[in-house]
Amino acid sequence: MSQPDVEERRDLKAAATSHRGDRIFNGIVIAAAFTALVVLAGIAIFLGVQTIPAFQSQGLSFLTTTAWDINTDPPTAGIWGMLYGSVLLAVIGLVIAVPVSILLSIFMVFLAPKKLATALTNVIDLMAAIPSVILGLWAFYILNPTAEEWQQLLNQYLGWIPIFENASGNYLGTPFIAGFVLAIMMIPIVTSVTREVLARTPPELINAAESLGCSMWTMLRFVALPYGRGGIVGGVMLGLGRALGETIAVFFVLKIVFDTNWYHIIESGGGSVATLIVSRFGEVSGEFELSLLLAAGFFLFVMTLVVNVIANLIVARTGRIKS
Amino acid sequence: MSTAEFNTLTSLEGELMSQRETAEIEMAARDISVWFGKRKVLEGVNIDFPKRSVTALIGPSGCGKSTFIRTLNRLHELIPGAALAGQVLYEGSDIYSRDVDPVQIRLKVGMVFQKPNPFPSMTIRGNVLSGLKLSGMKRDNHDDIVEKTLRSAGLWNEVKDRLNAAAGDLSGGQQQRLVIARALAVQPHVLLMDEPCSALDPASTLKIEETIRELSKEMTIIIVTHNMQQAVRVSDSTAFFLAAENEPGHVVEQGATTEIFGNPQDQRTLDYVNGRFG
Repeated sequence: MSQPDVEERRDLKAAATSHRGDRIFNGIVIAAAFTALVVLAGIAIFLGVQTIPAFQSQGLSFLTTTAWDINTDPPTAGIWGMLYGSVLLAVIGLVIAVPVSILLSIFMVFLAPKKLATALTNVIDLMAAIPSVILGLWAFYILNPTAEEWQQLLNQYLGWIPIFENASGNYLGTPFIAGFVLAIMMIPIVTSVTREVLARTPPELINAAESLGCSMWTMLRFVALPYGRGGIVGGVMLGLGRALGETIAVFFVLKIVFDTNWYHIIESGGGSVATLIVSRFGEVSGEFELSLLLAAGFFLFVMTLVVNVIANLIVARTGRIKS
Repeated sequence: MSTAEFNTLTSLEGELMSQRETAEIEMAARDISVWFGKRKVLEGVNIDFPKRSVTALIGPSGCGKSTFIRTLNRLHELIPGAALAGQVLYEGSDIYSRDVDPVQIRLKVGMVFQKPNPFPSMTIRGNVLSGLKLSGMKRDNHDDIVEKTLRSAGLWNEVKDRLNAAAGDLSGGQQQRLVIARALAVQPHVLLMDEPCSALDPASTLKIEETIRELSKEMTIIIVTHNMQQAVRVSDSTAFFLAAENEPGHVVEQGATTEIFGNPQDQRTLDYVNGRFG
């Protein structure tokens, strides 16, 4: 038996894009998409180039040590404590913001009367609109004295837990206060996403849970929260992104020290890359220090990128059942 | 036999009869009327559901059948603005009385919905056992429960080798049988089914109908259906619901399924079961 002739495959793609309006629209969309990529690449390259002088003078110790002695000879600079500090502040913020946001969302979606829920939604959206410099000022004048007392109480009653140790007796400029301010900034973002996700729990799943004799708690625990897990983690990561890059609000309340504060969160002094940059930028001593600051910015950029990639992996992994 | 003796005997017999009758009625609706906000959607529904029988509720869309069965397991009250008058009796007592825990009612009166709704974040096994978690019910031998309920739902052979696969991987018909198994795992005495086959293909529909017949040997089943043949195939008795335009729905006629379909007393029933409207 002879082989049948190879069938000629017709070009359906060309046919599908034969409409002129579609071609123009596609072109515009693709151009817009590439603009975003070009900007991202541009920032990365610009900052990346700036890291060269920093690495030439400091080597890898720029990333692994904590120092900022520019006027000595040779100058030493390292941003480890700042990178670590940024993460520590963000974690403190998350620990406070995530439970608050999730409970707030649950209240708005499943418990509050409609009018109250709408009012709350608006108020929380407004919260997101407060400029961070205002929050910073508020924190400096209003939160600081109050938070000082909270921290003294934490130390008094929970001081046996290492993170609540305080040897200096100075409770201002601590990572706790800065993290608290970050939490206030994260709550509207995380709440808004979580609320949206929970409100989209399919009614037929809620019906199913109700018909199986659920309580509000078991319905949330086994149905609504697992269903929205991916979205909630996504919201948390958006908040984390804001926290890692936050500059000015932290600037008001955190005492930047060039020493790694590993876990003494109610002890004065901590680090934050973004705040380091803004606090040094005004009085920068010359080209060299400027390039060090830009290099610090590059690694802040890399860090947020890494956090986002990890976040995406988490989002992709959660809620999936292994077959 | 003296007259007195005879009277005693007959009254004893009557008592026995009535006892047997009440024992055989598992659930009953007494003058059920239902409102959503100001709109009255059901009026004066009286139906008895005999133990271990299948009752079909038929009628055109929008006549309140689904609303009605949701009053039977107290899902109705969860809808904002929902109100109710009348009584629903389960084993002779009113499920809406103050001292009754709605969760206990929902566990005794299980439900299967129109659209298959397994929990997508759980495995097949997890779905079957989800009622235990959700209600906080303690039962031992989870493996036995999974096998027994999946067998009852006619799904065991198809899934026994992949109990830890995602429930979403199953076909629509399989998902519907999975949620039947899920409902059975909390050991209900009554099973409400709201058009359980309307989203399924004919082969899956037949399987579910077999399951219904099988289950009715052990439990009371109340099924809403738009499929006349299905009502004839699976049910022992039938109630025909109808709502005139802008009027609340009510029961036009009820009785043995053979009577409703073979010899209906009301012209509207005759027209409906013969497909002349609805």
